[in-house]
Amino acid sequence: MFTATTLNRRSYRTQNVARAVFFLMTVTLVIPVLIIVGTLVVKGGPAISWEFLFTAPRDGMTAGGIFPALVGTVWLVAVALLASVPVGVAAALYLSEYAPDNLLTRSINLAIINLAGVPSIVHALFGVGAFVLFFNIGASILAASLTLAVMTLPVVIVATRESLQAVPQAFREACWNMGATRWQTIRKVVLPNSISGILTGVILEVSRTAGETAPIMFTGAAAFVAFLPASVFDQTMAMSYHLYYIATQQTGVPEEVTFGVALVLISIVLLMNAISIGFRVYLRGLKKW
Amino acid sequence: MVDVLPAPAPASGGTSPLYGEPPLIEVQGLTIAYDGQPALRDISLDIFRHEIFGIIGPANSGKTSFLRALNRMDGFNPGMEVRGSIRLNGKDINAWRNVYALRSRIGVVFPLPVGLPLTVYDNVAFSPRLRGIRKKAELDEVVERCLTRAALWDEVKDRLDSLGSLLSGGQQQRLTIARALSQEPELLLLDEFSIAVDPVTTMRIEDVLRELRSELTIVLVTNLVQQARRLADRTAFFLMGEMVEIGVTEDLFEGKVGDERTTGYIEGRYG
Repeated sequence: MFTATTLNRRSYRTQNVARAVFFLMTVTLVIPVLIIVGTLVVKGGPAISWEFLFTAPRDGMTAGGIFPALVGTVWLVAVALLASVPVGVAAALYLSEYAPDNLLTRSINLAIINLAGVPSIVHALFGVGAFVLFFNIGASILAASLTLAVMTLPVVIVATRESLQAVPQAFREACWNMGATRWQTIRKVVLPNSISGILTGVILEVSRTAGETAPIMFTGAAAFVAFLPASVFDQTMAMSYHLYYIATQQTGVPEEVTFGVALVLISIVLLMNAISIGFRVYLRGLKKW
Repeated sequence: MVDVLPAPAPASGGTSPLYGEPPLIEVQGLTIAYDGQPALRDISLDIFRHEIFGIIGPANSGKTSFLRALNRMDGFNPGMEVRGSIRLNGKDINAWRNVYALRSRIGVVFPLPVGLPLTVYDNVAFSPRLRGIRKKAELDEVVERCLTRAALWDEVKDRLDSLGSLLSGGQQQRLTIARALSQEPELLLLDEFSIAVDPVTTMRIEDVLRELRSELTIVLVTNLVQQARRLADRTAFFLMGEMVEIGVTEDLFEGKVGDERTTGYIEGRYG
C-alpha cells in the first residue's frame, strides 16, 4: 500500500533535476544585468549631479552636462509616439477585429513581422532616403522621429493585437448576438478590457525608442548643438547618440562622464519599464473577468 | 430598403399559435457544414407566429447549428457553411444587408452563459442603449422587468453594480436570458436555457415563457424531453443532422409518430 514504487522515486528525482537546471538558467540570465547595472553605478555614479543633468557640455564635451541631449531624447520620443501610436493601434484594431482571414490579411501580417526584423541601420538609411531627402524635411527631429516611428510600428501593432485577442471571443459573439455592430462591440467591451495591454506595449515602445542610435544618427541627431530645439525642424542632441559620440569619436572625455551618460540612459529606460509594469498591475486590477 | 419587421399581428384568442397565417420562419432545404463536415442535412420546416417550437435530439444532432443559422451566426465562424434558404417574415435572412438590425430583433440564449464584463445593470441595459434609450428611469424599468422575467431580480436587485461575469453559473445563465429579453425580440432562440438552473427556478422561467408567447415566437432547443412536452406546441426530433419527426408535441409523446426512433428517444432507449 502507501509506499513509493521505483517508478515514483525515479520521477521524483527527475523532477528535482529539471527544477535545478531551470533555476540555474534563470540565475545565468540575471547575472549580466547585475554586472551591467553595477558597473554603471560604480563608475558613472560619481559623475551624476544637478549640474551634470541640467547644463550643456563644455570644453569639447569633456566637461559640463548632458541637458541638451536629455531634452532632445524627450522630443524624439514624444514625436515618434504621436506618429506611431494612432497608426499602430488603428492598424491592429483593423487586423484583429475587422479583417477577414484571407491572403491579403496574412500578407499584411507577414509584412509586419518582417518590418520588425529589419535591422535598425536599414531603417536609418530608409529614413534618410524617404524623410530627409524625398519628402525634403531635412535632417531634423521630425525626420528622426518618423524613422523611429516606422521602426517601432510593428511593436505597437503586435502588442495591441495581442491584447485585443486576449479578450475572449465569447464576449464579442454575445454582443454581436444582441445586434451590436463591430464598432459598438469594440468600444463597449473589447477596448475597455484590453487597454492595459495596449498601454504597456506603447510604454515598452517608448523605452526602446529612447535607446536607439542608428535610426537617428543620419536623420536628425547631431553631435553638438549649442541651443535647445525650438521646433521639430531643428536638429538635436540625443542621449544615445551622445553616448556613442563621446565613447568612440571624441578623445579626452573622462571615463566617469561616459559611464554617467550610460547610467542616465539606462535609468530612463528602466524607469519607463517600471512605469509600464506598474501600469499593467494597476489596470489588471481593474480588469473585469 | 428599410429592414424592419412589421409589428406582430395581435394574438387573436390569447396565446394560441397563428397556424392559419403565413409562417414567421420558412426553412427550405437547409444544410449546414463545418469545414466540409455536414452537421445538418436538408431540413425544411415552418414555424408560426406565437408558437413555441421545440427541437429535441441527442448531442451532435444539429440542433444548435440550426439556431446559429437563424441568427446568421455563420458570419462569426468562417468554417461554417449554410446552404438552403431561411425566410423570416417572408424575406430571406441573407437579403438583410444590415445584419445587425436582423440580430437585434432576435434574442438568443446559449447553454454556456456569457456574462459580459460589465455590471449586472449594464449587461441588461446594453441592448436598450443600442436602441437609443438614454433616460435613466426608462432603463431602470427595462432592467427590472427583464431581470424579473428571468427570475433573477430578487437575487441581484441589491447588487446591480457588481460584475455580471462574477455571478454564479446559473445566475449568469438567467442574466443571459434577461439580456435576450431586453432586446424586446420578435423571435427568441433558447438553447438548453435551463442547463445550470435549479428545477424550481426553471419552472418559474417556463411560466414566463408561456406568458411571453403572446408577444413573441420561441424556438426551444432542449435535452429535456419533458421540458419540450411542458412548453412546446409542436416539436421536431433531430437525429445525426436529420429531421426524423415533426408534429404536434402531444402526438409525439402519445406515440403517434411516423418513425419508431422518435418514440425510442422519448422513452429514453438511446440518446
